[in-house]
Amino acid sequence: MARLTMREAISQALWEEMERDPDVFILGEEVGVWGGTYAVTKGFYDHFGAERVRDTPISEAAIVGAAIGAALTGLRPVAELMTINFAFVAMDHIVNEAAKLHYMFGGQMVLPLVIRTTSGGGRQLAATHSQTPDAIFAHFPGLKVVAPGTPADAKGLLKASIRSNDPVLFIEHATLYQTRGEVPEGDYIVPIGKSAIQRAGRDVTIITYSKMLEISMKAADQLAREGIETEIVDLRTLRPLDMEPVFDSIKKTNRAVIVEEGWKSYGVGAEVSARIYEQIFDYIDAPIRRVAQKEVPLPYNRTLEQMALPQVEDVIAAVKEVM
Amino acid sequence: MLSKETKLDMYWTMLLSRRLDERAWVLHRQGRIAFHISGIGQEAAQVGAVFALRRGYDWFLPYYRDIALMLALGYTPRDFALSMMGKSEDITSAGRQMPSHWSLRSANVPSQSATVATQTSHAAGIGLAIKLRGEDKVVLTCIGEGSTSQGEWYEGVNWAAIHRLPVIFLVQNNQYAISERVERQMAVPGPAAKACGLGLDGREVDGTDIFQVYEVIAEVAEKARRGEGPSLIEAKLYRITPHSSDDDDRTYRSREEVEAHKKRDPLLIAQAILEKEGVLTPKKLEELEAKAKRIVDEAVAYAEQAPYPVVDDNVTRVFAGEVSHA
Repeated sequence: MARLTMREAISQALWEEMERDPDVFILGEEVGVWGGTYAVTKGFYDHFGAERVRDTPISEAAIVGAAIGAALTGLRPVAELMTINFAFVAMDHIVNEAAKLHYMFGGQMVLPLVIRTTSGGGRQLAATHSQTPDAIFAHFPGLKVVAPGTPADAKGLLKASIRSNDPVLFIEHATLYQTRGEVPEGDYIVPIGKSAIQRAGRDVTIITYSKMLEISMKAADQLAREGIETEIVDLRTLRPLDMEPVFDSIKKTNRAVIVEEGWKSYGVGAEVSARIYEQIFDYIDAPIRRVAQKEVPLPYNRTLEQMALPQVEDVIAAVKEVM
Repeated sequence: MLSKETKLDMYWTMLLSRRLDERAWVLHRQGRIAFHISGIGQEAAQVGAVFALRRGYDWFLPYYRDIALMLALGYTPRDFALSMMGKSEDITSAGRQMPSHWSLRSANVPSQSATVATQTSHAAGIGLAIKLRGEDKVVLTCIGEGSTSQGEWYEGVNWAAIHRLPVIFLVQNNQYAISERVERQMAVPGPAAKACGLGLDGREVDGTDIFQVYEVIAEVAEKARRGEGPSLIEAKLYRITPHSSDDDDRTYRSREEVEAHKKRDPLLIAQAILEKEGVLTPKKLEELEAKAKRIVDEAVAYAEQAPYPVVDDNVTRVFAGEVSHA
């Protein structure tokens, strides 16, 4: 197995899918000649040509709208939105059309559309360029929301997303592109809608995803040195949400901490904890703790920004609280 | 040249649409349906356009007033009645989608949002797909002049113009965006004038004359099929009814104005042309009226006795595949 960065893993999945299926094509701002804002599509333009790696005007609504149109004909567009913050400009297409057309049409057309975008803070891009609004998108039935935390999952889930007949919002974390990990070669598929245990432990269950997986793993290492063994469940997909591994883990540990980068209010942690309380209340021995971003627009100043984002220490403190 | 039979078929489609549309208003006033949005006065533009294209081959992205366009594409009065009443047999969505948010799989009509102008960029995307696939299909997308004020509309048309996509943007300028007159919607004389800023062919046509619309759409469709790019056609017409069953147009326009426009009713114009050509006789007209009434009566009667969707059905079909954790 090769050790790849997240960027390389995503790029590889895209490349292989484009080689495999001529219906797959890319569109977005800077995806072609420039090679992608995060260099994911570097080299694609020269290899696949301008028709299949299509640079677009700065019009997010039209990028997603046109991708929907192309998908309705049976093509498999992979639309890139530079950041999830700009997805709000295309929000109507994402939530009113992509998420609903199949349903509103009584299932008579499928929408094999992937929207790739980046989410998350930590690069001093401030309030309107650093948000983690993943949960908002996961609110809408009909839209699959995928957010991998490892290079292997990024490859496998992106391939599954491109082959899915449903619209998928594929959220890459802006600070994970350089993260390295083992990535299976060839046609490696990770099914959408399956959570995974990323670290086994007996004392506390940490439920997390995307960038916060990395933070939680670091916290787990430190906690292990103090004799506290945490089990980490990576949700990987926010919709459909697979709670079975979470329930199985909590039935063993009886304690849970949920770590997300977005705001706590109405967030992923709120949803996950509600499902735990609703379905396996009897297995919980301590109130569930949520670690999340402070309830402020993310500040520019590095110190302020880091204070607002969830840190390893926050996760450690939360785990100790539920012990 | 259109044959006599085709001309008569075009007229018949307009007539059927009109009678069905009128019945929808009655059903609404009787409290038997929840909502209606009308296409009365716009039938010529819609039917003329469809007849100029290849049905079952080209793509159509209509807007909510396109009842006559949909009938021309094979959607039936019964289909519409089932949809209006939200019945299980509604062929577009089994009672899930709002009425007049058209779709018809067999005619390449995808469903749509209530947010206006969103079909514009979908049309651009379909045009892009047609080009990528090397097909000679055309996309027709309709919109009211009011929705050409949306940023969305400019973005979609701009795309089609950049890439010379085979899309026809048919703007049905019915003079009103709900209550706002066209002069207060745009500084240019009409939507056709917006084309020059976007780099595509833009022109006006009398949208009350079905045969003029037919000629223009046939011409720009051939152009699109030859790879010569999109066109913006502004069909000038008039919305004879209020915006929808939820508003009273007496608050924003005079009766005199509406009555004056009723003299330019597209149905009467087509009737006069066809009578002059000897295609339509008073006897034939009587037959067609009786036939339309019968079809509409049957459609409504059928839909009223048809079952509603069962609640269990309504939570399915969110995703294309089976998902256990949705």
